[in-house]
Amino acid sequence: MKSGSNLEKILKAGHFAFTGEVGPPRGADVEALKKKISFLKGNVDMANVTDNQTAMVRMSSWAASLICLEQGLEPNFQMVCRDRNRLAMQSDILGAYAHGIRNMLCLSGDHQQFGDHPQAKGVFDIDSMQLLGMAKKMRDEGKFLGGADIDVAPKLFLGAAANPFAEPFEWRVHRLAKKVNAGADFIQTQCVYNMAKIREWIRQANDMGLTEKVAILPGITPMKSVGMAKYMKNKVPGMDVPDEIIKRLQGVDKKKVADEGIKIACEQIAEFKEMKGVSGVHLMAIEWEHRVPEIAERAGMLPRPEV
Amino acid sequence: MIVAERKPFDEIKGMVAGYKKVLTIGCGTCVAVCLAGGSKEVETLNAELKLNFGRDKIEFGSKTLERQCDMEFLEELDEIAGDYDAFVSMACGAGIQFLAERFPDKPVFPAVDTSFIGVNLDVGWYEEKCRACGSCVLGLTGGICPVTMCAKSLFNGPCGGTNNGSCEINKDQPCAWFKIYERLAAQGRLDQIKEISPPNDWRNQIPRKIIQPGYEERVKALG
Repeated sequence: MKSGSNLEKILKAGHFAFTGEVGPPRGADVEALKKKISFLKGNVDMANVTDNQTAMVRMSSWAASLICLEQGLEPNFQMVCRDRNRLAMQSDILGAYAHGIRNMLCLSGDHQQFGDHPQAKGVFDIDSMQLLGMAKKMRDEGKFLGGADIDVAPKLFLGAAANPFAEPFEWRVHRLAKKVNAGADFIQTQCVYNMAKIREWIRQANDMGLTEKVAILPGITPMKSVGMAKYMKNKVPGMDVPDEIIKRLQGVDKKKVADEGIKIACEQIAEFKEMKGVSGVHLMAIEWEHRVPEIAERAGMLPRPEV
Repeated sequence: MIVAERKPFDEIKGMVAGYKKVLTIGCGTCVAVCLAGGSKEVETLNAELKLNFGRDKIEFGSKTLERQCDMEFLEELDEIAGDYDAFVSMACGAGIQFLAERFPDKPVFPAVDTSFIGVNLDVGWYEEKCRACGSCVLGLTGGICPVTMCAKSLFNGPCGGTNNGSCEINKDQPCAWFKIYERLAAQGRLDQIKEISPPNDWRNQIPRKIIQPGYEERVKALG
């Protein structure tokens, strides 16, 4: 075991992993956070705790991760390269591990221009690939990036993101290979809507032997409305929403759109369960945490295995 | 070249208000080429200042040096400096500082914001190209700088925000890593970016000096 995290154990036991996501509050509202956590606890194997997502200030991801731990939900501590230099990253890794955090997701981070402090200086001292390498070195070699020995090494299960849809498509699998070589133990992808494209990407990853080295968890975000689908298609960089998805949502009664969105998500999960090279799915029910129990149930993900 | 932009008039006006004789000093090199601080811009600024303050309130002189980043040219001001109680410099930040160093008792005010190291796209149109990070990787990246041209200065891009060839920050901004990929693919050199680029050695975090080989003794003698 690299870290002994619940996710690592689930994957090692050969179970199909099911992970979720919790966005920390825009303030210190612990009760609101606990409420979100309550919807995920027991229904997912662990939950990503986002790190100032969309460059908006929120409760820090490690602090919110600790609240998850207290509440009995395993956190996946997200860390972006935008807000910390290599010193702050390493000290936060040590602190997070010291408090019992066992998973970390390494990300570049949305550009600060999108957020509520667009005048901020983006740090980007190292990139997500280099962050993975640094955390792996800390774990496996017991050394800081600078080369000095660490007294007690932080043993984290390391995750990375992948966007299988962005152009140039033929480069995507090579970028995945770089993340695997850098130290990724698991990959959570961008929200998937284009199944044809992800099938091809997974096939390439299988052919290159990458799926034997890394657990791939495609991202699932159920569409709540036609408006959301259109927004995702047109406004969110790197998102690939085929017209069929929008047409299908438009084709049902207005009151049933959200239900249809969940249906699509369940169909995707069912296909991923059978897809060679896929180890689980990552459910990002954005501001829809209260529907997670229902989605988990309908997708046949319950009960979660005890490992 | 170093590209600068003239500051808003009101900001310049606010800095010189209260002085009696002000010398506006242009620079004949980079900032002249990019139309921000050469002799023409000095005359334009002075005309605006004179109009605004009225002739009797502040007297404005003008002078444009070949380069303000060179003591040899700053020397030309020695004889006239005493006639003025403040300087306005239209040089880049380096020139302004060297001017202030030459005349430490003189208030020196910047009339331009030094913007970047860039290229001439057309007359009056410039683009940033280099951040002077001090450890150039252009050989690996097909001659496209990831530090400058990628909004996140990624060494192993593109990030998830790459958007059909554009950067996530703006559709008009090309994704540097998309371009790097295209150029290296066309040259058959993609293998170069399949390797992980290690964390950068940021050499621009302290004030830097360079002594070119062969000049060490001379520098030592100068103290």
